[in-house]
Amino acid sequence: MSSIARTTGMEYSGPAETIYLAEQLWPIRGQLYLGLLGLAIGGYMGLLQALERIGINLYSAHFLKSYYQGLTIHGVLLAFLFTFAFSNSFLSLTTIRGFERPLASTWLAQGAFWTMLAGTVLAAFAILTNQATVLFTFYAPLKASSLFYLGAVFLVLSTWLTSANQLLTLRAWRREHPEEPIPLLGFVSVVPYLMWDLASVGVAILVAVFLLPWSLGIRSYVDPQFDRLLFWFTGHPIVYFWLLPAYVSWYLMIPAQVGGRLFSDGLTRFVFLLFLVLSTPTGLHHQFTDPGMPTVMKTVHLFTTFAVVYPSFITAFTVMAALESGGRARGGRGLLGWIRALPWKDPSVNAQLLAMLVFTLGGATGIVNASYSVNLVVHNTAFVPGHFHMTVGTAVALTAMGVCYWLIPFLSGRELWGRRLALAQAWLWAIGMLVFARGQIAGGLSGMPRRTAIGDAAYLDLFQWSLDNWLTAIGGIVMTTSGLLFFIVMLGTLFFSRPLTAPVEIPVAETVHGARESWPLFDRLGLWFLIAVGLAVVAYVPVILGYLPLNPVSPPIRVY
Amino acid sequence: MRIERYEKIFMALTLVVLLAALATIGVGVFAAEVHLPAPAGRVDPRQIRQTAPFDQPGVREVAPGEYEAVIIARAWAFEPNEIRVPRGSTVRFRVASADVIHGFLVENTNINVMVIPGQVAEVAARFDRPGEYVFLCHEYCGFGHHQMFGKVIVE
Repeated sequence: MSSIARTTGMEYSGPAETIYLAEQLWPIRGQLYLGLLGLAIGGYMGLLQALERIGINLYSAHFLKSYYQGLTIHGVLLAFLFTFAFSNSFLSLTTIRGFERPLASTWLAQGAFWTMLAGTVLAAFAILTNQATVLFTFYAPLKASSLFYLGAVFLVLSTWLTSANQLLTLRAWRREHPEEPIPLLGFVSVVPYLMWDLASVGVAILVAVFLLPWSLGIRSYVDPQFDRLLFWFTGHPIVYFWLLPAYVSWYLMIPAQVGGRLFSDGLTRFVFLLFLVLSTPTGLHHQFTDPGMPTVMKTVHLFTTFAVVYPSFITAFTVMAALESGGRARGGRGLLGWIRALPWKDPSVNAQLLAMLVFTLGGATGIVNASYSVNLVVHNTAFVPGHFHMTVGTAVALTAMGVCYWLIPFLSGRELWGRRLALAQAWLWAIGMLVFARGQIAGGLSGMPRRTAIGDAAYLDLFQWSLDNWLTAIGGIVMTTSGLLFFIVMLGTLFFSRPLTAPVEIPVAETVHGARESWPLFDRLGLWFLIAVGLAVVAYVPVILGYLPLNPVSPPIRVY
Repeated sequence: MRIERYEKIFMALTLVVLLAALATIGVGVFAAEVHLPAPAGRVDPRQIRQTAPFDQPGVREVAPGEYEAVIIARAWAFEPNEIRVPRGSTVRFRVASADVIHGFLVENTNINVMVIPGQVAEVAARFDRPGEYVFLCHEYCGFGHHQMFGKVIVE
């Protein structure tokens, strides 16, 4: 991967071996591999779902009891394991690189790996033995085995350990560098986790106070409506926890990889702080059609949801401007000539450019979902998976794969193997995803429900979903091919590739307007965290007070 | 903090776009009167068959041209799964769950609501065109989720 080293645009200042300690690198590597294993198995389940749509049912051939058991594997491994593990791994590494010092605690770094592994084993055991076919939303009163909830606890705990380690590292850095602005890469690594620390409180209370005791028989009844409130307190901001690692790459790495510069340090901090502050007070837009939630507060959450769209709009401009600066530096001319001049033959760049392109459609469909009464047309229809496969399924997943094209060589010390396969992989993913999303979105607009075994549905013949199902299936098959290529490239790199001739360096962009031109108050992270807590309180306390008393009417029910 | 001119322009324009989008939503709610489901009372799923109106599921005329359809959602059926009304009727659906979370979506209408144990879901639509309108469960409710549907038959 000498191209990365060539295009970093920045001299690397410290001797590598002093900041990347072997005892901190193995948990980073381990979590990445664990996440990729989740991607492989979870992604493969997607193929079974796609084929079910055209009447090919392969579940019993895989020793799975139902479509829904496969769907639970798909959701949990991709939405929780893959994303969390990638985040923990990638943003721990960028914390080291950003602060140019080792993580403050090796114990926490390794603890994050072990808790992630423990959570995975517990949840996987429960799901594979069909004791937790509750999908990744695990809505009560569908009851899963206690092991499943315990697994969820460990997965979240792992992210908290990572966050604690980042904050300790930030504190140590501040002691070593009083009066200096926080390095931008360190800043954007820490802030997503601060956001998540607040956001994850909802699901932590849900599991620890309600579902785990209820699954153990200590608590007899839960209130499904209130449980949904807690779930979605976490359930919307989690999408930014998925997305922000991709933004770290788009803001801080891609500009360097294309030979350009990031425009504004201050605006980048501002965008990440907007996510910290605005991500959490938005969850009710997932509950627009919940009967137990008042419309006044649904309206409040509509506005906050539109507010949190704003930083993504700024991102579209900022990242595009950085790309343009790179394209022009590479000789691109004219209004659009810089686009062709971008290094499309660099697998890492290619994958992430395509991820960005698909994300524009993902973002637009997300605004449709959030648009209050318009939500009635799409809520819980296939439109929604159409949407989020273009966001988390492409913007995040394809960016993560693009990052892997330099990260795996960095971590393994081996050259990227099969560059042309890697290029084809990204194109197939983007094209397959668009075909798939077209099928899902069109189906959803005509009432096709999401999370449903459509190929076996009793009402299938009453609708004209044939084309939609075929597009979904074809898209899924193309994506599976892409996924296969990705893992061939990964395994080829790990096992069949030459050792690197020159070390891969983590690409870090320079800024046109640097940290000294930023606003010093941006670095007061504690203050911004308090503002985020305040907004969450304002957005949720009226909902909770208006809802009480709780309505605990539901015993555990197992109907899968 | 220094913000470049083009950045300022872009940030202002996107704000305009978002406000315009919000305005169109406002038109939908206030001019077209498309409303979201609102709280309509609680019901204990353990006692649902003894609790009015769910002790008598079915459709009845409450005023000329206005009907009330009371439906129990359970794994994996709606009771009743057939609602017959004359064309031009306004039907107010009251749906509640006897067990897990279900969903209730009626095709070609704006009816889309979660059916959550403990809550009464209340939604309404006017049926002007004769024909069959499929309603289905759109929330995963267990092994037979995809079997769960019914029809509004407008005569």
